[in-house]
Amino acid sequence: MAESTKRLHAIGAEFDTTSAIYHAAEKVRDAGYTNWDCHTPFPVHGMDKAMGMKKSWLSAFVFVCGLTGFITGLLLVTVTSFGLYPTIVNGKPNDWTHGAGAMQFFFPVMYELTILFSAFGAVFGMIIRNGLPKFHHPLFNWSRFAKATDDKFFIIIESSDPMFSETKTKAFLDSLGGKHITPVFDHE
Amino acid sequence: MADIAHTSKGDECEVVLHCPPELKKIPLVNHDRSFAWITENVASICEEKTRRYWWIAFLLFTPIALLVPTLLSYQVANGVGVWGENQPFGWAWDITNFVFWIGIGHAGTLISAILFLTRQKWRTSINRAAEAMTLFAVMCAALYPGFHVGRFWKAWYLFPIPNHMALWQNYRSPLLWDVFAVSTYFTVSVLFWYVGLIPDLATLRDRAKSKIKQWGYGLAALGWRGGNRHWQHYEMAYLILAGLSTPLVLSVHSIVSFDFATSVIPGWHTTIFPPYFVAGAIFGGFAMVLTLMLPARLFYPQLDDMITRNHVDKMAKIILLTGSIVGYAYLMELFVALVYAGNFYEYNAFYNRATGWYNWHYITMMTCNVIIPQLFWSKRIRHNYIWVFVICQFVNAGMWFERFVIIGTTLAQDFLPSSWGHYTPSWVEVFTFIGTFGMFISLFLLFMRFLPMITIFEVKAVKPEADPHHEPDHSHGEKAAHPKEAAAH
Repeated sequence: MAESTKRLHAIGAEFDTTSAIYHAAEKVRDAGYTNWDCHTPFPVHGMDKAMGMKKSWLSAFVFVCGLTGFITGLLLVTVTSFGLYPTIVNGKPNDWTHGAGAMQFFFPVMYELTILFSAFGAVFGMIIRNGLPKFHHPLFNWSRFAKATDDKFFIIIESSDPMFSETKTKAFLDSLGGKHITPVFDHE
Repeated sequence: MADIAHTSKGDECEVVLHCPPELKKIPLVNHDRSFAWITENVASICEEKTRRYWWIAFLLFTPIALLVPTLLSYQVANGVGVWGENQPFGWAWDITNFVFWIGIGHAGTLISAILFLTRQKWRTSINRAAEAMTLFAVMCAALYPGFHVGRFWKAWYLFPIPNHMALWQNYRSPLLWDVFAVSTYFTVSVLFWYVGLIPDLATLRDRAKSKIKQWGYGLAALGWRGGNRHWQHYEMAYLILAGLSTPLVLSVHSIVSFDFATSVIPGWHTTIFPPYFVAGAIFGGFAMVLTLMLPARLFYPQLDDMITRNHVDKMAKIILLTGSIVGYAYLMELFVALVYAGNFYEYNAFYNRATGWYNWHYITMMTCNVIIPQLFWSKRIRHNYIWVFVICQFVNAGMWFERFVIIGTTLAQDFLPSSWGHYTPSWVEVFTFIGTFGMFISLFLLFMRFLPMITIFEVKAVKPEADPHHEPDHSHGEKAAHPKEAAAH
């Protein structure tokens, strides 16, 4: 790939310990950067606060999914048992007017579907929100970055950040104690 | 710790507190292993050349596993009559084995969900293997109701799918609740297990040397990069899944117990069943976790620092606790039937259980489930792996006998002596059951070989230095620079 087509994606710095990246993250937050992230091998406790992030809204999405599951279960059992295939079992009422009094037998199906839909919401909500799957990402071009899933901690400040400046950001990361400060390009 | 002298205002009184010596925290990872050590020693199991004893174990258990497809094909070809079930024994080994296997699965979900919600950090090194065990156990379980319907190719009538026969499910039947509960349980367990795997698959992807492994693990890892903006949603999703799995796992075995409890057969028609089944499931499941993990530790000695004596000790304590709950339930059941209820049929059912045709099943159940696990009161036994392993085998056997006692003895001798009947399993049933063990262990061996057996990222996260405010023993330059900030948090 010719040098001219390379586009700077971000500048990355490596840290050795959780406390080092934690305190560095607080400084990046205070400096006012917005398009940046801390890449760690495991979730670091309190990092959301150090990065100035709000609570994940995934729970609200899951609630909606759970509600959908509950309503699906409710309609599945009532519409079919009272409307489409009315069957008398154990002498229990099988029509809309009296059926509501014998709903407790329908509860397990509604319960399981609520859980099933919520679980799908949690997993796929998380995957979609995180923009996964994403098999090609500029960060994978940086060979040291493979350590992000092992024992090193990385701060990546993206070039799309309004405060980004190749020289200043580099110096800033250096002042935070970052090692192996490297520009990461879109292409290798 | 030294005595603390506290002096109040004006030196009027003096309180001297004698503090006991500070208890030392038992580390979750022995020998203070580094993050890199954990990655290396767990991931290398999937990367190294296949060891000889893995092949020996695999070649031993796969032929046994092949009994399952062979004998189920035989059953489909000849009809469900090749099993020993007949009136009055409509249910026998098939449902016994179904409940046995589904119960085993429960320990995996307990470890991954309930211990997560209760912040039991020791769960991290055993949850992956226990969850895998759950999936394989549920697979073994699901075979039984599927094939017991007789015409296996019509098993899809179990699900609410409109069909040309205008057949529709009866939502008031606990057997249909089972269909919903077990299929939801399996689906949610797969999701939970996979979500837990994503960061570790990324670790394997980043370490992979060959193109095929890079592709394989890379596809499965979905391009995970471990950014905190991802971890935030990931942790929320994991917490929600744990919160969902907890009521789910309790509901699954409760619903399994409804199969019996909602009937009017004496010995089945009891309200104690749901909690007693759930405790029994966790009891049997933990025994199976130890049955798998103790030999795994033997094969891979490096796991010793992560699955420590402390872990085995805690699991043994859970077996003791749940075993005692189960023992209490057995005695309470007897008390209600023999002394309290005053129902002749109920009295008779329990009298026959303990003294009737199948009384040796009852005695085996009592011995294996109630008496033998009491040995775990002794710390010396909890810390001896051979003793733990042997006791777990008694529990595994005892839990199978419990299910047979509930199902078999009840059906053998119910209301009318004229309709009583004996039951002997056919050879097809016996070998299918043996086959499910082969299938279960073969699947577990494959899992050990290709996926990280221990949750790498979670074990790292419970190490003391994973906490950004952790003060290392040796002075650290990074830390000393920010004493104020550390204090502020």
